[in-house]
Amino acid sequence: MNATSIRDLLAAQPVLRDLEPADIDLIAGCGHNEVFPAGAFLTHEDDQANHFFIVREGQVALEMHTSTGPLLIDTIGARNLVGWSWLFPPYRWVFDVAAIQTTHAVVIDAACLRDKCDADTAFGYRVMKRFAQVIVDRLQTTRVRLLDLYGAGNAC
Amino acid sequence: MVPEMPAEAPTIANVTGSRAPAGPMVPARYRVTDHRQDNADTVTISLMPIDDPIDDPQPGQFTMLYAFGVGEVPISVSGCPRHEGVLMHTIRAVGATSRALCRLEPGSVVGVRGPFGVGWDVSSAEGSDVLIVGGGIGLAPLRPVVREVLAARERFGRVALLIGARTPEDLLYAEEVERWRAVPDVHVEVTVDAASRGWNGHVGLVTALLDQLPITPSLTTSFLCGPEVMIRVVARDILEAGSPADHIRVSLERNMHCAVRQCGHCQLGPLFVCADGPVVTWAVAADLLAVRRW
Repeated sequence: MNATSIRDLLAAQPVLRDLEPADIDLIAGCGHNEVFPAGAFLTHEDDQANHFFIVREGQVALEMHTSTGPLLIDTIGARNLVGWSWLFPPYRWVFDVAAIQTTHAVVIDAACLRDKCDADTAFGYRVMKRFAQVIVDRLQTTRVRLLDLYGAGNAC
Repeated sequence: MVPEMPAEAPTIANVTGSRAPAGPMVPARYRVTDHRQDNADTVTISLMPIDDPIDDPQPGQFTMLYAFGVGEVPISVSGCPRHEGVLMHTIRAVGATSRALCRLEPGSVVGVRGPFGVGWDVSSAEGSDVLIVGGGIGLAPLRPVVREVLAARERFGRVALLIGARTPEDLLYAEEVERWRAVPDVHVEVTVDAASRGWNGHVGLVTALLDQLPITPSLTTSFLCGPEVMIRVVARDILEAGSPADHIRVSLERNMHCAVRQCGHCQLGPLFVCADGPVVTWAVAADLLAVRRW
């Protein structure tokens, strides 16, 4: 798959809305398309965060291994970003990421994109703003989940 | 002289004769015909009338269920006689009375007052897309909505049902949800707060799934029931997506005692939730739920 078609795939992702076409071109230059069969791991906890993912189709789970087995922390479906450990040192994944269904994703080379962000700080700022929005959204939903909405204390 | 004892001592269940002139404060006796354990702390009971039955409830209305000798609590109707042949209530054991109701076995007798309040008005959604979002036991008052929509599927546009639960084991009506999922042209998603490997649904807040549903928000009538925080975040997201506030219906939960707009326990701003609700539009609820009251 060539860079042009990766660009088209990325341009269709709502998660990259607000970015300029030229920004999409820059990101696409760091990306390739990949298919993960159900059950496959996209990455493992403590692996180097050399990539992040934009899920086009399918669904992945963020998991953490515990003494009683893996726990699902979150699921992320189509048109969403997976991974921000690539943004900051030590660039290591905190969770396992596994495909629950056959998952089509654009895989972005993190070092490549970081270099482009450093070289063009205006572009880097726009990318960071987009990621910050995703992080804030996830943080807010996580905070709401911490309320244990469906527990007995919140019985309705 | 010792008075002769009747052959059968009178009990609440076997007293016969006409009931006192029924008013909204007089419970009708119903017999429990079925008891189903939905999850660890939630039970669905089916009831058949001993006395004259109450009026057939509309989806979204509630009754006051009286566990004799213990107390009375408001419980939403989870199954209407016209759909099920019996009156159904899904009850979570969170207090003395609800625990007593959850312990009732077939043959037991309860008192029922009602139906009370304003229901979902499902028919007003005909011709539009339908979004039903139920969280935790909030799915119970929405079950009759699902039944009513599926019974007249052709009258509605696209139908999406979004269910939130604490864990897969806490999901209400699990088998029935799978039957709903199998209905063509009905989109069903379940998301939980925590799960183990093997769970094939979603994990996360229900709002994370809203943008993946096959509905057009501006043309959608939404029915939301669950914890108030969930209602607030879902309603705001639907509103932001373009749905008019008066097309978003929410079921309010307040401390209803008399159910007839007298005692004031359920007051929420200018509303008596027992009579003006429990179902109101988001246009009415938004400001009331945004107010921090204590």
